[in-house]
Amino acid sequence: MTLCRVDNSINWPIMPHMTYDTDILIVGGGLNGPTLALALAQAGFRSTVIDANARPKREADDFDGRAYALARASQKMLAALGIWDSVADQAQAISEIKASDGHAGRGAAPQFLHFQAAEMEEGPMGYMLEDRYLRRALIAAMEASDMITHLSDSTVVDQSTSGAAAEVTLADGRRLQARLLVGADGRTSGVAARAGIRRQGWDYGQTALVCAVAHELPHHGIAHQFFMPAGPLAILPLPGNRASIVWSEKTQRAAQIARGTDAEFLAALRPAFGDFLGEIELAGVRFSYPLKLTLAERFIGPRLALVGDAAHGVHPIAGQGLNLGLRDVGALAEVLHEARIRGEDITSELVLDRYQQWRRFDTTALALGMDTVNRLFSNDNPALRLIRDFGMGVVSATPALRRGFMRQAAGLAGDMPKLLQGERF
Amino acid sequence: MTEKTGTIDPAEIAKFEAMAAEWWDPNGKFRPLHMMNPVRLDYITRQIAAEFGRDLAEERPFAGLRILDIGCGGGLLSEPMARLGADVVGADAAERNIPVARVHAEQSGLTIDYRHTSAEALAEAGEQFDVVLNMEVVEHVADPQAYLNACHDLLKSGGLMLCSTINRNPKSFAMAIVGAEYIMRWLPKGTHEWSKFITPDELFKMIEAAGLRPVDRKGYVFNPISWSWSISDRDLSVNYVTASLRP
Repeated sequence: MTLCRVDNSINWPIMPHMTYDTDILIVGGGLNGPTLALALAQAGFRSTVIDANARPKREADDFDGRAYALARASQKMLAALGIWDSVADQAQAISEIKASDGHAGRGAAPQFLHFQAAEMEEGPMGYMLEDRYLRRALIAAMEASDMITHLSDSTVVDQSTSGAAAEVTLADGRRLQARLLVGADGRTSGVAARAGIRRQGWDYGQTALVCAVAHELPHHGIAHQFFMPAGPLAILPLPGNRASIVWSEKTQRAAQIARGTDAEFLAALRPAFGDFLGEIELAGVRFSYPLKLTLAERFIGPRLALVGDAAHGVHPIAGQGLNLGLRDVGALAEVLHEARIRGEDITSELVLDRYQQWRRFDTTALALGMDTVNRLFSNDNPALRLIRDFGMGVVSATPALRRGFMRQAAGLAGDMPKLLQGERF
Repeated sequence: MTEKTGTIDPAEIAKFEAMAAEWWDPNGKFRPLHMMNPVRLDYITRQIAAEFGRDLAEERPFAGLRILDIGCGGGLLSEPMARLGADVVGADAAERNIPVARVHAEQSGLTIDYRHTSAEALAEAGEQFDVVLNMEVVEHVADPQAYLNACHDLLKSGGLMLCSTINRNPKSFAMAIVGAEYIMRWLPKGTHEWSKFITPDELFKMIEAAGLRPVDRKGYVFNPISWSWSISDRDLSVNYVTASLRP
């Protein structure tokens, strides 16, 4: 870097004119990273996705039990990016959501929150989609784009964003330079850590047990959420007579259940699950995720932005994690696209701060909201129980309130990025 | 380039010179301009694209267009125009702005011809442009009609002038002077003189008298809830922008 003296005696650093390997480096090959690359390609930017994992092999295509509850807005975004058509046949529409306050062993209380898609003009509230289909579709779409380079099996060991370029060094010694670096590398984001961005976290003392079950009776596209004293149990419909289970338990109890055999696991699940879908059995692998809410103190830095769990990890109630991440992706791509066609410097604080302003309020509100809902419902205090039974009855009996909740759950409320409204760039 | 101030009021130049070094600090004194810049650029880029048949999705949509940015300051409009591929001349009557703008352009890897000169001097020298950006300038000049006449001469036939300023009414007084200068302290006190504000009808008359044909006008509206600016078809009550063509 050279310094140039100008006639008003102020020293200004002069940046050498750069040639970049790509416009934007995206660290993280999960779901948000590839989706961002596709959105950016549509917005006219070249990108390189750096994925620490090896490309999934064909034999890894067996169902492993993981699935996502895609909000309607997220589905619209996948459609706008040209992904939806390749996964639509594998998706299960959620036609109704039933939320209820349950006592373990006693089943659900009569105060049902009952949301039906017919009450909302936009169609189904959302879709259930298995991880394997979404991941494969994203990889295929990246490979089909001449704007995207996908580097799998590549780990970032160093980064610099202070100069005229964002630069990362890979484990094999390769260096890549771009105008901007995006961290889409999850709640333990190395990009954020290397940039010195601290995180705030709350531990729920809960662990989510995640798996898929096959059941005897048809689910009719109905998603159930039982708020149990120890934590919520979500039963989300998958194609066929199968459902995805997200079962939150106190960490100690969860560890105990997770350690057990499949038969012991099912024996523990059955009382909470009830028998409304007939007999159940496991379909796939069991996972467990400790529930922690984490929030990065900043979502941006010089030549740097964070999306998805790297910016905020929320409680998996109502599957808002991926949906929030996709909103980040839509917002960041839109901010950068608008800046580009206006001729603005996409790496300036001015531009990146628009992304942070847009997402931070929304994210914090939702993270804290989910936290409050979870704390209120994961409690056996009789007074609280009375209040929420009454509250749920009121919401359920009031169509306008109910529609408001539905739109929020479907991700249709709030200041929505264009992609999530199904608009292309 | 000979130094010529033409119709520019020397007291106005001194005020801006005092602010020049602050141009590129988004949280500094020019924060209000940085906040407003996106809607200004939205209007400018779309008008230019529409008039000259350019597609903003392309890499350098304004390639081949010669654009003059009058009152370029630190280059808040010149740089985006250059980034979009235009050949840009940035002119400012405040001498101190020129080195600031030049060095920033170099930092940004952009080539921009910044000059300490005035619209009148450029017109006398016979310079001509496809587009003249005349943003938030006319309310600061001593003789707006003479200034707009010079803008006319600076345009090629079929060229486009974009001119924005502040309306003159009780609301604009409250917003632009009491609000922006005294309450929010967005702008240094004395940045604007209310008597120099111009109504859209007055501006259109002057633009027509200069031999240009007004083709569009829009308002910039500040929303205190979302804390941002947007373009309005109808609300020209405070800040507004016009587009005119040289026949």
